[in-house]
Amino acid sequence: MQSVTIPINQLEATALKVREHIIKMSTDGGCFVGASLSAADLIVYLYSEFLNINSNNLDDPDRDYLFLSKGHDVPALYGTFAELGLLDKERLKNHLSLDDHIYWHPNTHIPGIEFHSGSLGHLPSVAIGVAMDIKIRGGNNKVICIMGDGELNEGTCWEAVLVANAYKLDNLIFVIDRNHFQANMPTEELIPLEPLHDKFTAFGAAVKRINGHSFGELHEAFSAFPFQEGKVNVVIADTVRGKGLPSIERRADRWFCNFNATEVESLLKELHGEHLTQLTSETLVVR
Amino acid sequence: MSYEELLTEIALSDERFIVMTAENRALVRNIPGKLGKRFIDTGITEQTMIGAAAGLALRGRIPVVHALASFLTMRAFEFVRTDAGIPNLPVKLSSFIPGFLSDGNGPTHQAVEDISLMRGIPNMTVFAPADEQDLVMMLPEIWQHPNPSYVRINTRKTDHQHKPFELGKAEIISKGEDVTILTYGLLFEQALIATEILKNEGLSVGFINLRSLKPVDEQAILQATQGSGLTVTLEDHFVTGGLYSIVAEVLLKNQLTAKVLPIALNEKWFKPSLLPNVLEHEGFTGKQIAEKILGYNTNAYQPEISVPQFSE
Repeated sequence: MQSVTIPINQLEATALKVREHIIKMSTDGGCFVGASLSAADLIVYLYSEFLNINSNNLDDPDRDYLFLSKGHDVPALYGTFAELGLLDKERLKNHLSLDDHIYWHPNTHIPGIEFHSGSLGHLPSVAIGVAMDIKIRGGNNKVICIMGDGELNEGTCWEAVLVANAYKLDNLIFVIDRNHFQANMPTEELIPLEPLHDKFTAFGAAVKRINGHSFGELHEAFSAFPFQEGKVNVVIADTVRGKGLPSIERRADRWFCNFNATEVESLLKELHGEHLTQLTSETLVVR
Repeated sequence: MSYEELLTEIALSDERFIVMTAENRALVRNIPGKLGKRFIDTGITEQTMIGAAAGLALRGRIPVVHALASFLTMRAFEFVRTDAGIPNLPVKLSSFIPGFLSDGNGPTHQAVEDISLMRGIPNMTVFAPADEQDLVMMLPEIWQHPNPSYVRINTRKTDHQHKPFELGKAEIISKGEDVTILTYGLLFEQALIATEILKNEGLSVGFINLRSLKPVDEQAILQATQGSGLTVTLEDHFVTGGLYSIVAEVLLKNQLTAKVLPIALNEKWFKPSLLPNVLEHEGFTGKQIAEKILGYNTNAYQPEISVPQFSE
């Protein structure tokens, strides 16, 4: 392990606040809380330490890009934006309000969102277009596309890796939030993905596999960017669906959650290690 | 001037242009060497090409993308709708061998619902040139327009001298009280023949080249349907969702009715063969069109139909 120079305590504190935002959004209509919690550390790390994206450079063509292809984990992104000053925290209270644009999938009415998503397997190709343009112009911007592991069922994800490999897009990083679940069940029980590292390697990518909840491992992996000259980068971040809330972690039936107010209060305490929450509300909504 | 010459000239003079293809190079054979990195071939990946085109457009580029009509509009439909349509990005679709132009390829390659699909996407604009001259006249304005576009590429040559193109306007070639033929794309050349036959039979014949199917020239449709005893919608497209539907929509919107004869493909794909055979078999030669309108056979002359320059 190389020595870590990032402010881990600060990142952990930010991630905790982001998780609080996610829990607060998982009521009054709910949200995809499990996938948001699995991606939270990853997104906090990338915006805090790795990417050159802030509220002052959104119009700068030389800034970096992050495309959130899995889409339904957008509460983690909005929570991060709120903590890092890209989005007014008050707007998070407008979740699902007709007076704002904060709904279950990302959209460009929110500053910092690069592209709307929700239909899986789209943004790998959009990110390729942006990475291609940066290459044509000789720029140094980094482009990240976060995909879910369930999303890898979509053929266009693999098509994108083929094309990114062909065009030697070493300025592009596909990050897989490997939380081991798709909507209703574990990935390996429905459409097995392993050995995932080998699959991406065979497609020509330079691959790193890390613990997506360890800021040290995240930093070590992303500090090595570009992983290999001329190769598209892939980071497989092993994560836990529902991370931070033991009462919903790794549970197939806690995908889209719409908690009642009492549960939200209890989950916020659970997040801080107080106790497990007795969940009574029907929280599985198949979408 | 050819399609490829026009695209080369425009792309060389405007850095924003990127020429893309999903390994369909028939129309852009010499462009790779001229454009260098601004030519991108993504391989047989229509979906990824459209997504990447959206990404390029996000960076200020104008991607002109090429693929076979059926795969561009159907394989990649959701990418066109979601990645170009929703954000209204200037992704310019050049659709190769649409309609009858897929001649011998068979139903997999028959895009005879493309107009219907593409015009159903908000922000999308839809065009079908009558021949190569019409195509080259319309593309500069279409490509400079801020919206995404779908163009049925038609590089066939006719003797007709077209009027200047205006986006959203039809080309009114003649006006007639008895019958008016509305058409677009490839069938323009057969409609020209049909028009002459009808005139020789003593009818007063109107003839309109729609050119722009979305936005459509509602005034031209209203004038034709209200000023003519019979309106014919002629298209190499399913009868559902194409020009016949457009005419119906325009009439209903204006609380009008009219006698309209659709000549189109009715709930079936066409028999694959070389184009002249296809037109004859399906009843779309100029002579057959005229006789369908007249209701009787004539001894009119049907000029030879040329075999397309490209197949795939």
